[in-house]
Amino acid sequence: IHFILLFSRQGKLRLQKWYTTLPDKEKKKIIREIVQIILSRNQKTSSFVDWKDLKLVYKRYASLYFCCAIEEQDNELLTLEVVHRYVELLDKYFGNVCELDIIFNFEKAYFILDEFIIGGEVQETSKKTAVKAIEDSDMLQETVEEYMNKPAF
Amino acid sequence: MPAPIRLRELIRTIRTARTQAEEREMIQKECAAIRSSFREEDNTYRCRNVAKLLYMHMLGYPAHFGQLECLKLIASQKFTDKRIGYLGAMLLLDERQDVHLLMTNCIKNDLNHSTQYVQGLALCTLGCMGSSEMCRDLAGEVEKLLKTSNSYLRKKAALCAVHVIRKVPELMEMFLPATKNLLNEKNHGVLHTSVVLLTEMCERSPDMLAHFRKVRQLSSSQLVPQLVRILKNLIMSGYSPEHDVSGISDPFLQVRILRLLRILGRNDDDSSEAMNDILAQVATNTETSKNVGNAILYETVLTIMDIKSESGLRVLAINILGRFLLNNDKNIRYVALTSLLKTVQTDHNAVQRHRSTIVDCLKDLDVSIKRRAMELSFALVNGNNVRGMMKELLYFLDSCEPEFKADCASGIFLAAEKYAPSKRWHIDTIMRVLTTAGSYVRDDAVPNLIQLITNSVEMHAYTVQRLYKAILGDYSQQPLVQVASWCIGEYGDLLVSGQCEEEEPIQVTEDEVLDILESVLISNMSASVTRGYALTAIMKLSTRFTCTVNRIKKVVSIYGSSIDVELQQRAVEYNALFKKYDHMRPALLERMPVMEKVTTNGPTEIVQTNGETEPAVLETKPPPSGLQPASQANDLLDLLGGSDITPVIPTAPTSKPASAGGELLDLLGDLNLTGSPVSAPAPQIAQPPFLLDGLTSQPLFNDIAAGIPSITAYNKNGLKIDFTFERSNTNPSVTVITIQASNSTELDMTDFVFQAAVPKTFQLQLLSPSSSVIPAFNSGTITQVIKVLNPQKQQLRMRIKLTYNHKGSAMQDLAEVNNFPPQSWQ
Repeated sequence: IHFILLFSRQGKLRLQKWYTTLPDKEKKKIIREIVQIILSRNQKTSSFVDWKDLKLVYKRYASLYFCCAIEEQDNELLTLEVVHRYVELLDKYFGNVCELDIIFNFEKAYFILDEFIIGGEVQETSKKTAVKAIEDSDMLQETVEEYMNKPAF
Repeated sequence: MPAPIRLRELIRTIRTARTQAEEREMIQKECAAIRSSFREEDNTYRCRNVAKLLYMHMLGYPAHFGQLECLKLIASQKFTDKRIGYLGAMLLLDERQDVHLLMTNCIKNDLNHSTQYVQGLALCTLGCMGSSEMCRDLAGEVEKLLKTSNSYLRKKAALCAVHVIRKVPELMEMFLPATKNLLNEKNHGVLHTSVVLLTEMCERSPDMLAHFRKVRQLSSSQLVPQLVRILKNLIMSGYSPEHDVSGISDPFLQVRILRLLRILGRNDDDSSEAMNDILAQVATNTETSKNVGNAILYETVLTIMDIKSESGLRVLAINILGRFLLNNDKNIRYVALTSLLKTVQTDHNAVQRHRSTIVDCLKDLDVSIKRRAMELSFALVNGNNVRGMMKELLYFLDSCEPEFKADCASGIFLAAEKYAPSKRWHIDTIMRVLTTAGSYVRDDAVPNLIQLITNSVEMHAYTVQRLYKAILGDYSQQPLVQVASWCIGEYGDLLVSGQCEEEEPIQVTEDEVLDILESVLISNMSASVTRGYALTAIMKLSTRFTCTVNRIKKVVSIYGSSIDVELQQRAVEYNALFKKYDHMRPALLERMPVMEKVTTNGPTEIVQTNGETEPAVLETKPPPSGLQPASQANDLLDLLGGSDITPVIPTAPTSKPASAGGELLDLLGDLNLTGSPVSAPAPQIAQPPFLLDGLTSQPLFNDIAAGIPSITAYNKNGLKIDFTFERSNTNPSVTVITIQASNSTELDMTDFVFQAAVPKTFQLQLLSPSSSVIPAFNSGTITQVIKVLNPQKQQLRMRIKLTYNHKGSAMQDLAEVNNFPPQSWQ
């Protein structure tokens, strides 16, 4: 996977994870382009778009679009499963996740993503394990917070 | 200073902004606060501030002033700080900033931290954005962690290793020993990442691949059987809630294993054989009701097609793809078409069976699906199904999006050319394409079509009639009008005399024909090229029509003062034809003979056509036929300067009459006056058809000992070039010259390039040299072969140009070679 983007129906970015190095301006340009391409596709089309030398796999969950850019030899159908699994992880962690959860807790969304995918490849295929790792990390954080007697941020 | 506001608070506030300007104001205010907080080196709230900064970064605002702060957070002892710090590093820093290297030490320490979650953070960050320098420095630590028994860390280390290998491929060897035990794990996370690591290694290095195919792993089993076993367990084992997705056990792992198997089995019989069974098992047992199952099947099919599988398995795979095609889910259809495209070359017959389904996909609404269906359809056309397929494809051409039309039209032309069942059908098909998508047809289609039409002699009347009817209604589509004008010009007499056999002849008068051609000339829609066609057609009709010659004369003289230079020139010349050379007119405007068909072999194709379809003939230099010969030709023109020697690309040889009308005849010189066979296409620097026609293989050449003396063509500044000659037995006009360049100085000559030019009546072909370096002290030579065609058996002369680097400076020299022995050209 080269990058993952989450954006709303209005085109506002909610999460961006890049696994390749690109200049900031380039990233912004790419985001604009891709958001436009995907928002203009209607219901009847497939979830895959050929874009430059990559394949874009996207899926809409409620008001959020999840988009992954994969390479030529990657399995598109499996990528759909990867996206779905990420949504499931978010759901398990937040409990009935909605877009607002991701907006207000974006850093947690990133943490969850980082427990699931590293360097563009899946690292953990068990839902339980991934979520447990996050919860344990949170515990580590909270003990410190309790000690400090105030929320960290 | 009051405590900076909390992250959630900030988010809430920003979201209340109603306009972009309001939002910007809030952000700027907050940024200022953050900046001053950073300046104060406030440890307590740094984390909060950076978190807020990251939020603002996501909204699109600049956040680079937070980069150093991220580093400070990473260096902090608090877990919370580290978490946000690493996140910030991944979002704000990348290898192009110098700052990132400062992270290396922190990461190194954290990789050895006592808390696994800290180690995890470090591994994650390194694996996502580590630069090559960082990877080099830290690879050792990663390797150590790859061997740990802690599966949480091991899986992350494996993916980190993948990233390191991607950034610094030379380090791959380092991770090899650690991979020995990886697959013995039970933990799926480790298994998955290990398979990814092995895949990356095998894809990058053929040595690694060979190693893994053979090596005996610790538990005395090879890689392939081991993978097969793991896969089998996954399929056969019962329900495992932890890894289950819609009833399938860990599909992610299954797919990755299948992919690794694909790489291992490619081009390797033993490995492929070992996997046949498991592949068959997966292919038949996997549930296809959900996307998950299909994902696995898709990967299985790809693997089966790529390895050396037995034919039964391949048929099974294609049938799965066929079933995919019928699936309602668009994604599945898309994936099926993509795979079929990859396999249609190798398993053509199997794919043919699904032809009707593929053709149905042409009507799909999704653009990508349509495109793939179109490409597949073209790949599947053959002699048997061409009529049916063409019907569908023509219908598709009618209704498809403009971006497809050009490709579709070209595809139809190609297919029609290869498989046309009859000439009439072929012409009908072409007409249909021209009328439906006329403006999208590629430029080279026009000369091709014209050639096709001339070749179908018996269809001339029918063709011209249909074309006439087509442009009567609408003459806006340029390629159509061009072809039609040309035909009418050639066969107008057939049109008027109503001789059509194939269909009901129409009644057309000469005036009506001229009407339509004149409208084309006048119309704003006509391109300049098209007008050229029309004018020439009108001219040609002057010999074919009987009653309207005066009208034609009038039209031609009007355009003598046209603004368009092209038209003007033509008109003036045609005028002259009427006035001074009326006696020549019939001969010049005679019917075109059947053109020799040149097979299409990519960019080197030249279709020999008459002057019209290549209006550039009117220029003094003939158009280059390909990119490479053109540059060579230009070089040689520079080289030769003089106008008496033409470049490598010849036009049809004509003898220039000495009269004042010479220019005129030059224009029409390409029209075949005498009916002699059209000369074959110009030789390319690569593979000319005709020079090799007479030669089947080297042994046909005369033995050198048979006695053409070799000559020294050039000897100056230590560079000596010798020519040795051979004549062909079968084609006496061909001489093969082998040049040998040697260097008697003390320093090598590098970048040596040899170029040659010959007089107009010869043709030259230069093959590639053996190298471009002439070693010093005559210790080696460069050889290069030149083939010269000398049909008129004139004395061979050659001008050569030598360029090379010697003693640090660039050298260049021109010379003329005149001392060719008579045996080399007589």
